[in-house]
Amino acid sequence: MTLKILSPGLSTSIQDLGRPGFFHLGIPIGGAMDRFALRCANMLVGNPEGAAGLEVVFMGPEIEFGRDALVAVTGAELPPKVDGEPQPTWTAFPVKKGQKLGFDFLKSGARAYIAVSGGIDTPPALGSRSTYPIGALGGIDGRAVQAGDMVPIGEADAIEPGFSVPESLRRGIGTPAELRVLPGLYWHRLTKEAQAGFFADDWSVAPEADRMGYRFKGGKPLEFVDRTQPFGAGADPSNIVDGCYSYGSIQVPGGLEPIVLHRDAVSGGGYFTLGAIISADMDLIGQLQPHTPVKFRQVDMDQALEARHARKNMLRDVRAHLG
Amino acid sequence: MAEIKSPVPGTFYTQATPDAPVYKTKGDAVAVGDVIGLVEVMKTFIEIKSDVAGTFAGYSVENEAAVMAGQTLAQLDG
Repeated sequence: MTLKILSPGLSTSIQDLGRPGFFHLGIPIGGAMDRFALRCANMLVGNPEGAAGLEVVFMGPEIEFGRDALVAVTGAELPPKVDGEPQPTWTAFPVKKGQKLGFDFLKSGARAYIAVSGGIDTPPALGSRSTYPIGALGGIDGRAVQAGDMVPIGEADAIEPGFSVPESLRRGIGTPAELRVLPGLYWHRLTKEAQAGFFADDWSVAPEADRMGYRFKGGKPLEFVDRTQPFGAGADPSNIVDGCYSYGSIQVPGGLEPIVLHRDAVSGGGYFTLGAIISADMDLIGQLQPHTPVKFRQVDMDQALEARHARKNMLRDVRAHLG
Repeated sequence: MAEIKSPVPGTFYTQATPDAPVYKTKGDAVAVGDVIGLVEVMKTFIEIKSDVAGTFAGYSVENEAAVMAGQTLAQLDG
């Protein structure tokens, strides 16, 4: 059984929860940018939470179904339609063999996740079906889906349509969106004024933001503490001797526009990183449209761990609700 | 009156480059498939094409404006 891609949208890719374990070799963790949404979509159609689905960015694909299936669309509010008939988001609905799944204009958020009962069954690469285009890994031939692709789907158990994730268990984006930051190894490189300004300033998502990194603009340039650059570091004060980057780390080339590294990021390089977005807020970044107003808020390790715990509880509540 | 809408959120441009002329001005004939502007998102410039033929009535948003998916970019008469 296959899904036939009639039109791919802007950038629709096969993603699961990623391939952790190879970052030291320069292969990013990959996987859905909003993992909570992918897990929910899979649960709604009776798949294991880590099954592969489609990550849709801003603009929906059109897909013809080769078999009856149960489908759920979560994450961004991208209204699904079956043969033109509107369907709810965050809810399992049936699609019959020969019917077409399409979408209306995006209402809010940035990335929608489409789960199909049985899950996408392309060959895994390094333990994951996630598409990493730069490394030509996963997905179909290591690329985003294209018109004419036949996407294989696994066998599914029969499960009832109509299950829904209640609104109280979906996360809002907020205006401005608030991203919590744990200052890190190179925080001391910034002047006290720059440290305060980073949190006080109004930022917005730059149009360049993608799966590798989310760029922000609009705040004041960051001033650095004077120093003689160490041997091996570049001449710009935002340069360091090459170091490791982490998922969520925030680099600011030239002190100008912060970039938060996301699922398909490089694993190291020569920019200082002022800290990291806490893990609990990384899914939220995947839902930010260009020009969304953003504030960064400082937290400490205890608050970061508490937030991570709260996110785990939210997932536990969804499991309990759907189980 | 027909409306041309943006399929994606991003930054709208009424010209291909800062030095290029605007794609359409009021009164221009528009054929199906004519490019009326660009929307930039994720390092990609998406050409916005007209699905209908008509006479260009004007842009609904300014050059370099932030636009939402589904927002009207331009209008056609006829």
